[in-house]
Amino acid sequence: MFDDPGKLLLGLVTGIIFGVLLQKGQVAKFQVILGQLLLKEFTVFKIMATAVVVGAIGVNAIIAMGGASLHIQTASLARVLIGGVLFGVGLAVFGLCPGTSVAACGEGRHDAMVGVLGMFFGAGSYILLFPKLQPVLQAMPDWGKVTLPQVTGISTWIWVAALAVPLGFMLRYHRLRPGITPPKGSQ
Amino acid sequence: MNVFSKKSWGPYMVGTAIGILSWFAFATADRQIGITTAFEYTAALGAQALAPQLALNNSYYAEKAEENKPPKIDWEWMLVLGVFIGSYLSSKLSGDRTPERVPALWRWRFGDSSAIRYAGAFGGGFVMMLGARIAQGCTSGHAISGTLQLALSSWMFAPLIFIVAVATAFLLYGKEGRNHV
Repeated sequence: MFDDPGKLLLGLVTGIIFGVLLQKGQVAKFQVILGQLLLKEFTVFKIMATAVVVGAIGVNAIIAMGGASLHIQTASLARVLIGGVLFGVGLAVFGLCPGTSVAACGEGRHDAMVGVLGMFFGAGSYILLFPKLQPVLQAMPDWGKVTLPQVTGISTWIWVAALAVPLGFMLRYHRLRPGITPPKGSQ
Repeated sequence: MNVFSKKSWGPYMVGTAIGILSWFAFATADRQIGITTAFEYTAALGAQALAPQLALNNSYYAEKAEENKPPKIDWEWMLVLGVFIGSYLSSKLSGDRTPERVPALWRWRFGDSSAIRYAGAFGGGFVMMLGARIAQGCTSGHAISGTLQLALSSWMFAPLIFIVAVATAFLLYGKEGRNHV
């Protein structure tokens, strides 16, 4: 029923830091998420791209040194397709993703609280539908828990470099254009 | 001046910190940052408590037992609780709080009825979470934690949700909507 207390405490600390970062990043706001989806301003993309590149360097190093194991999901075509389409539509209508919606509740936003309630029912519906979903999910190809380096035979570090280089250009481009300032995003 | 009293930090700084936080998660707990499994486990435990007979006949529980991953209050569950606390503290310290019911863009398109916005938020949240559990991840678990581990599933999922969400946003609000965000 419970993880051991030390692990629970670590989860709580990690979560508090994550919550502060989402709030200070201004992404716990409907207007900022929709600004990204309507391709008007790119706060969400900048945060995610930087997190992925920085994260990839350290996490892959920790895994390579045996300090942690890989935690990835199976590449099931049906899971990705059905789940991804439902997720994308829901995200645009709600205007917050699962993490940012919880952070938006922390900011006091009432519509986010109603959305999070909807999320609990959505999770319940997955469990209820699971017996019917299973055959559908198994009917399509599943490539298993594989990584891009495994699929392509190209080293992890070449992949990480391939992600880091465009981000470097992005940062440089921004520095050359001082007119671009971080969005106020306040609402 | 206290950094926590600032309303916003730069996106590259926040992104870098989230990246480093993911090192911390892997190094200290051997876990990846994710959100929606905690919702699934909470719903699973709730269903078991409310309708034990129904749960007994549902293959979900057998499958989880087989994977040796029975629903429980775990590291990720506490992480979700922490996100709420962290955002609460951060918004308190900077005064960036609002009991808002209807965001500006929504009001421009659908009017200022909070009932209609609540219905949209509930329905959107419902469908999004159903999708996240089918795909086994969300913007955090797949689009950040999965892509940084170079998982094939996550590199399929992340572009797909972006394309679908952008298309849906333009269907709902059109180009005109860009003047209201």
